[in-house]
Amino acid sequence: MKIMVAVKRVVDYAVKIRIKPDKSGVETQNVKMSMNPFCEIALEEALKIKESGLAKEVVAVTMGPSNCVDTLRTGLAMGADRGIHVEAARDLVPLSVAKVLKKLVEVENPELLILGKQAIDDDCNQTGQMIAALLGWPQGTFASKVVLDKEKQVATVDREVDGGLETLCLDLPAVITTDLRLNQPRYATLPNIMKAKSKPIKKYTPEELNVEIKSDLEVVQVTEPPKRKAGVILSSVDELIDKLKNEAHVI
Amino acid sequence: ASTLVLAEHEGGSIKAQSLSAVVAANSLSQDNPVSLLLAGSGSSLHQAAEKAATCHPSISQVLVADSEKFAYPLAEPWAKLIQLVQLKGDYSHVIATSDSFGKNILPRAAALLDVSPVTDVVDINGPHQFIRPIYAGNALCTVQYTGANPCMLTVRSTSFPVPHISVDSKSGAASISEVDLSTLDEGPFTWILGLQLESIPCLEAIILTLIADSVGKSRFMKLSSQDTGRPDLGSAKIVVTGGRALKSAENFKMIEKLAEKLGAAVGATRAAVDAGFVPNELQVGQTGKIVAPELYMAFGVSGAIQHLAGMKDSKIIVAVNKDSDAPIFQVADYGLVGDLFEVIPELLEKLPEKK
Repeated sequence: MKIMVAVKRVVDYAVKIRIKPDKSGVETQNVKMSMNPFCEIALEEALKIKESGLAKEVVAVTMGPSNCVDTLRTGLAMGADRGIHVEAARDLVPLSVAKVLKKLVEVENPELLILGKQAIDDDCNQTGQMIAALLGWPQGTFASKVVLDKEKQVATVDREVDGGLETLCLDLPAVITTDLRLNQPRYATLPNIMKAKSKPIKKYTPEELNVEIKSDLEVVQVTEPPKRKAGVILSSVDELIDKLKNEAHVI
Repeated sequence: ASTLVLAEHEGGSIKAQSLSAVVAANSLSQDNPVSLLLAGSGSSLHQAAEKAATCHPSISQVLVADSEKFAYPLAEPWAKLIQLVQLKGDYSHVIATSDSFGKNILPRAAALLDVSPVTDVVDINGPHQFIRPIYAGNALCTVQYTGANPCMLTVRSTSFPVPHISVDSKSGAASISEVDLSTLDEGPFTWILGLQLESIPCLEAIILTLIADSVGKSRFMKLSSQDTGRPDLGSAKIVVTGGRALKSAENFKMIEKLAEKLGAAVGATRAAVDAGFVPNELQVGQTGKIVAPELYMAFGVSGAIQHLAGMKDSKIIVAVNKDSDAPIFQVADYGLVGDLFEVIPELLEKLPEKK
């Protein structure tokens, strides 16, 4: 079995973001960039499946400008066998990403596609669902547990939903998107970082894959959210109960 | 303009958050009849449809899809259903709530319809301009939709509160109609070609083998949830939340006791869920639930940005934490620096019994 994992380069989760003065977006120049945490979890899951003997190869895919190769190298250092970089100058909307992924799936024929449930920059939470639709594959989104049965060609997926934990059984090939509690991603060790340098990365452009990149969304502006002003520090439980009752009128 | 709202129902009623999507539809434009789409099977579906027909004046039509395929919220048949209903009704907008149901299904349907959806809309500037949080709510992005119909949105129910509406059930009843599901299992070419395939059985067989259909490739196994009898976290007026500082599942019961006393829902931080104190459905935050109750009480919660993203629209925020530098105090209306193991018992003793 071959597993394909999509990884995205985003502003590191620990960085406090700054909005550009012209309100055109969020500053990404001279800011620490990392692999999207949900994508790390997706890759970790693929590597675990491979290590359990159920998969032979893990292919990591990324899209975006040339520096996205860094993210791909991180994925290779974690343990992916090879990488694919689809070079695109502009930000791609999830629908375009899904269309490019579909072409890559047609080239690579993986039986499982694992993605993060969302990227922590645009918080869209769309790409996995969209690629599943375009391929006509079943989807298991927001997964916190994945069990593969190679004989029956199914994946049993626990999903974190509002009502609790939902368990689905999906025919393979399938798309899975990862939630936070699926696993704990590994760190790349120094020897593996060195090894990753010689792993192959294949480059494509959307044109080569015959995907027309269009966007039906335009960013008008990006602004600061309204700040909540800090309130008062109280000295006792009695004072708190009094405030809640007689000032805020909430109890 | 006309809007299709994807609604959820439970126990013969439509869920409150689904009405938020109707409220959002109302703010798209003045003249905007809403068709409410309900799917499921059995008598509770039809009961919900009857109630939905009179629950909001701007609902002009209730569409009912009755099939065993919709007994569970599986994305594959649901996305197909939306595609089918959209191709027939040519709506300008399709709206669902930003919960695990809407977020699972709507993007899938959007891909089938070849449009880009907009996730987590918190404000509407016009029929095609929306505001949504990005970077865990640390920035707000205004986006203009320039694509073809339908414009598809998931909306945060906390941003579109449902006002109490008195509906004249005699004049305000919407029509109820059944969705024709005979083409649900067929591929999109069926409609594109406009052929009556029933009359050409072999052609139908050919087309069906050409189009791999995903309906039936996923099966619902079970839903594990804890029925606590407490109010729903997403819609409760008061939420009491505990963080890692509770130290154990046993200690977390103090939070539950306090919630019971206040008639509140229980929430938790990611750290508390990860540590196994409580199940995942109680997580409040960027990747958990987004809540905006009238009163949010946080105990032993440090205030990571991912958690703040899930609760900072609450009307009154109370924070109790030992660490006076905890970021949660920067958003709290009332802060109490102290040990929650002393504060909670005192609150339990001194708070008035709920009416």
